[in-house]
Amino acid sequence: MQHLPSSLRLLLGAGLLVLVLVGLGVYFQAENNTIPEDGEIIHADAPLQVDGIEAQVENGIHVPTGLIADEGLRLVIAHCTACHSSKLVTQNRADREGWEKMIRWMQRTQNLWDLGEQEAAILDYLSENYAPVQTGRRPPLTDIDWYELKE
Amino acid sequence: MATLLGVDIVYALPEGYLPLALQPNQDPEKRFGKHKEMRVLNDLPWNIEAQAHLLDDMVTPADKMFVRNNGLIPEKIDPDSWTLTIKGESVSKEKTYSLKTLKSQFPTHTYQLVLECGGNGRSEYYPPAKGNQWTIGAVSCAHWTGIRLRDVLQDVGVNDDAVYIGYYGSDTHLSRDPGKNPISRGIPLSKAMEDQTLLAFAMNGEDIPVAHGHPLRLIASGFPASASGKWIHTLSVRNKVHDGEKMAPPSYSVPCEPVEPGTEVPNEDMCIIEDMPVKSLITYPKSGALLKVGQNLNIRGHAWAGAKRIQSVQYSIDFGATWNACRLQNPVNRFAWQHFEADISFPGKGYYEVWAKATDSDGISQPMLTPGWNPKGYLNNACHRIAIKIS
Repeated sequence: MQHLPSSLRLLLGAGLLVLVLVGLGVYFQAENNTIPEDGEIIHADAPLQVDGIEAQVENGIHVPTGLIADEGLRLVIAHCTACHSSKLVTQNRADREGWEKMIRWMQRTQNLWDLGEQEAAILDYLSENYAPVQTGRRPPLTDIDWYELKE
Repeated sequence: MATLLGVDIVYALPEGYLPLALQPNQDPEKRFGKHKEMRVLNDLPWNIEAQAHLLDDMVTPADKMFVRNNGLIPEKIDPDSWTLTIKGESVSKEKTYSLKTLKSQFPTHTYQLVLECGGNGRSEYYPPAKGNQWTIGAVSCAHWTGIRLRDVLQDVGVNDDAVYIGYYGSDTHLSRDPGKNPISRGIPLSKAMEDQTLLAFAMNGEDIPVAHGHPLRLIASGFPASASGKWIHTLSVRNKVHDGEKMAPPSYSVPCEPVEPGTEVPNEDMCIIEDMPVKSLITYPKSGALLKVGQNLNIRGHAWAGAKRIQSVQYSIDFGATWNACRLQNPVNRFAWQHFEADISFPGKGYYEVWAKATDSDGISQPMLTPGWNPKGYLNNACHRIAIKIS
């Protein structure tokens, strides 16, 4: 290639890079639209690729997962729904320390991986959106569906 | 392409994997034949509870039985090739049985047996405890048919130093790690030797539904239902407390001494839950009934107290200021729930709550408030109540 002018070399190099990128992109796109076969084991040992969640938000809730739409949502979906459903997150409430303790327990005993630099953002999201709500010693009855009793 | 364009993380998507976020929420009615009013707490792993009014049947049918899982329900089950192996450091000699042998070699018994999740009621604790936020519906009382665990243990032979039996089942860990059990709990030998502790193969006269442990399930009624292991393939006779996954503190354990709400309790100060406390449910009418002045109300429900019996059930319509007796039936067998009912008249128009309180044969009653706080939110046996309006 040395005998070619530098601008042409640059163009060829860029062209090769584009081809490589497109090839990789095609590979990743092609592989994410099938459901596992019956009996097939998929190893959850890494977070999920998560795209296009903005379009699935209605009234501040990401509809498929039920998670509150806020900064950090994508990271929570990527890391926290690889093994279990988002419902395990939306059911629970804790302060930052409490959520961190859950993460450590999962890392120690349930094969959860290191969240690395994403951990802080994930804890921000959870402690902001899923913090405990104080109730009295016995919560009152709520969500009562009134109906006429016929005997 | 997004992977390559300014996204923080780059990981290969497992081949053929559809991210959970994009999978439609599965319907428990279709998946398990559950009644449509059952409440899904979690769909991976599956955890579904009943509502009080769904538990009105004297014998809980399959479609209203709560579902509780720590891991993934096994997919391919073949009863014809299923085996149960008894092993462990305190077994006389390791032995393996086929299902066919178990059913033919040992006498079969049927009992109506309560199964209740240790975390039933967890949702009411403050500070909140992590885990499935059951309200009141993680309880059932179906007919279970099987052989006595005692008969199998006596056939195999158990050494003098045996103290515990641990189970191993065929469910899969959430991380799909084949080397990890989602759960492997056990019971003390004395519990294993009870008449009603069964290795069950039928429920309400039919094969146990897969979600509930087909083809073989341990039933240790009165203990947290996690002791009633599903899809059992191995039992281990131990010379110490079993040490399988989620056997010991902090799982299914409470502080040995009562603590203030919010206390951090070291594992060595936690004690494993065995017999669960007295509890009851008003199953008719459903909360929210509107009545006319002068209309009397018939209420009914069930009460249970594990190995103990229910001595009385009372109701109150004035938040515990006064209590009245309900009519109470005897249990059909030990560990079954007991039915109660009462006819209530109200003083006048307005909003009322009917509270039910059961007392066991030791004179211990249900508290009206959430009882002693514990880090994992177990054993909330506070009174159940329903809302009524008279106009």
